[in-house]
Amino acid sequence: MNISEKVHSSSGILVYFEIFKNEIRPVSFELLGEAYRLSKKSNEAVHIVAVGKDIDFVREKIKGFPVKSAYLYETDKFFQPDIYEKALEDCIDKLNPSIVLIGGTAEGRALAPRLAVNYRTGLTADCTELDIDENGNLLQIRPAFGGNIMAKIVTENTRPQFATVREKVMQPVKPDFVENTDFLVQNLDVEESSMKILNIEDTAEEDSIVNQNILVVAGRGVKKKEDLDMLRELAELLGGKLASSRALVEKGWMTHKEQIGLSGNTVCPKCMITFGVSGTVQFMAGMKTTPNIIAVNSDPNARIFEIAHYPICADLYDVVPELIKSLKGL
Amino acid sequence: MRIAVFMKQVPAYSQGNMDEKTGVIIRTGLPSIVNVYDLAALETALRIKEKIGGEVVVFTMGPDKAEDVIRDAFAMGADDGYLICDRAFAGADVLATSYTLTQALKSTGNFDIILCGKQTTDGDTAQVSGAVAKWMNIPHMNWINELLEITERDIQVKCQLDGRLSVIQAAYPCLLSVEKSIFTPRMPSLKLKMASRKKEIKRITLENLSDKDENNYGLKGSATRVRKIFPPERTAKRDVVTKDGKEASQYILKILNNLDTCEEGE
Ligand SMILES: Cc1cc2nc3c(=O)[nH]c(=O)nc-3n(C[C@H](O)[C@H](O)[C@H](O)COP(=O)(O)OP(=O)(O)OC[C@H]3O[C@@H](n4cnc5c(N)ncnc54)[C@H](O)[C@@H]3O)c2cc1C
Ligand SMILES: Nc1ncnc2c1ncn2[C@@H]1O[C@H](COP(=O)(O)O)[C@@H](O)[C@H]1O
Repeated sequence: MNISEKVHSSSGILVYFEIFKNEIRPVSFELLGEAYRLSKKSNEAVHIVAVGKDIDFVREKIKGFPVKSAYLYETDKFFQPDIYEKALEDCIDKLNPSIVLIGGTAEGRALAPRLAVNYRTGLTADCTELDIDENGNLLQIRPAFGGNIMAKIVTENTRPQFATVREKVMQPVKPDFVENTDFLVQNLDVEESSMKILNIEDTAEEDSIVNQNILVVAGRGVKKKEDLDMLRELAELLGGKLASSRALVEKGWMTHKEQIGLSGNTVCPKCMITFGVSGTVQFMAGMKTTPNIIAVNSDPNARIFEIAHYPICADLYDVVPELIKSLKGL
Repeated sequence: MRIAVFMKQVPAYSQGNMDEKTGVIIRTGLPSIVNVYDLAALETALRIKEKIGGEVVVFTMGPDKAEDVIRDAFAMGADDGYLICDRAFAGADVLATSYTLTQALKSTGNFDIILCGKQTTDGDTAQVSGAVAKWMNIPHMNWINELLEITERDIQVKCQLDGRLSVIQAAYPCLLSVEKSIFTPRMPSLKLKMASRKKEIKRITLENLSDKDENNYGLKGSATRVRKIFPPERTAKRDVVTKDGKEASQYILKILNNLDTCEEGE
């Protein structure tokens, strides 16, 4: 098949449903929501593919969601890129989709580049926005070059178009559709991999900044490492945790696990208070769905104020000690 | 044992902005450094060498000045280094970058272990290593945080992936991408630095590769195109309130107290 034939003949949006501990990862439903929105624009069908043990359980879970067909591959093997990719290749070969959406998880990032190479096609990582143009090209929008620049990236001459999206970036849809999903369930028969998983343990993530109701966030406006102590104290008084922008991680004051943003964690606490964070697109990509954002910055034109629900122009060094005093009832 | 390490030169800090009127990226002459994740990859290679012997060869793709990466690697103890540099390689996306790296690697013989950083701090895709493994058709272990055992035949590693800790074993050849936390990179040694001053940095150009078709490299070999770059829209949600410390503190406490009753910012 020559290039343009492939581009024209492919159709449909395929979403990789990632299974973890016999559950579907939330990012999969977010991608499904986005796929549905895209499909309405381009008049294409949405399909899913899932791989794992007792995979039939997915049937129940996608009831009411707008899925034309579901390819379910049964295997008792834990995730290994060279094994799971076989399932996706089988599905993609049968379906010839135009677009494949994969979660920007550890698993997704192991899988996506292998598939992109297999089909000699494009892969855009960590898209923050997706759209479709009149020619069916997926418009993949993501921050670039640091700071405040967005790039619109397209894969024009090859198919499928692969994109990864991180958790909590897209919105899921509600399952109120009457869709007759076709199910194709099959065993994944693969040769032994040259890689062996010797042991697997599930680890708790309770302490992570991802699971907090309240986050206090420190940015470069914090002048000295010691000043983080008062912010940490504030976070504790509020029953939350301290997180930061990448600026402080680059200085070595905070750890990568505590970083919010495109190359850190995506968070969505009930409430977030940022101090001295300017609001670069990379930072905002990791927190913009937070329902209550209080931002304290001394610059009235700071970008963070564009998405803050409570934009406050003030000096953090005046505000934080006052807050601590009040919370301690002093 | 032949161990390859892929290292990339990146801007020292992630800052950059765009002139919103002209659409031109403001490059503020930032200094370049070695991607920190790749220093951890090099350290891993050196530890493996110290344990079971072998040769550590560094590869970097970039412009002439990316040579510094190799010099830095020599000062840490790398045995050999290649700069992959050709006009034809410029503007590469994940597909073309990984293909070029694979071709370059193959042009210098076989390797038992290939090490990559988890991600770069500029491209930041964390996808190149997986793509290289696929081109090479070898197993790849992503985001490794710990080296458990290493023998002449295979390697055992630990990785932490989204709430799951796995112990994995792979036979050679294999590719590992490593977390920053796997090892703290050693300080460059002045002695090695001096000794390596005369060491040759070998170059790999299109001519040296078995696939010499320039359509497979750089911008031409890339499947993705940047159609447009633009500043994000500026749309303020709320008016900014200016307050002194005390007022701001009272205001914030009031907001926090009201959170339970309303779900989303008023
Ligand atoms: C590939 C790549 C990935 C990236 N990923 C991320 C990411 O995941 N997360 C991330 O955060 N960034 C990321 N960035 C962006 C980059 O790291 C930015 O430099 C960083 O976001 C800036 O952090 P900041 O807002 O804390 O600092 P700055 O942009 O320097 O802002 C400091 C702010 O503090 C304010 N301020 C100063 N003094 C005070 C005071 N006394 N009181 C109140 N306010 C004050 C200033 O007005 C200013 O707005 C990435 C960049 C690249 C290239
Ligand atoms: N231009 C390059 N030269 C050498 N190695 C690279 C290059 N680009 C990427 N890599 C390797 O691939 C890893 C992941 O990069 P990325 O996918 O860009 O985040 C890096 O940590 C390097 O080990």
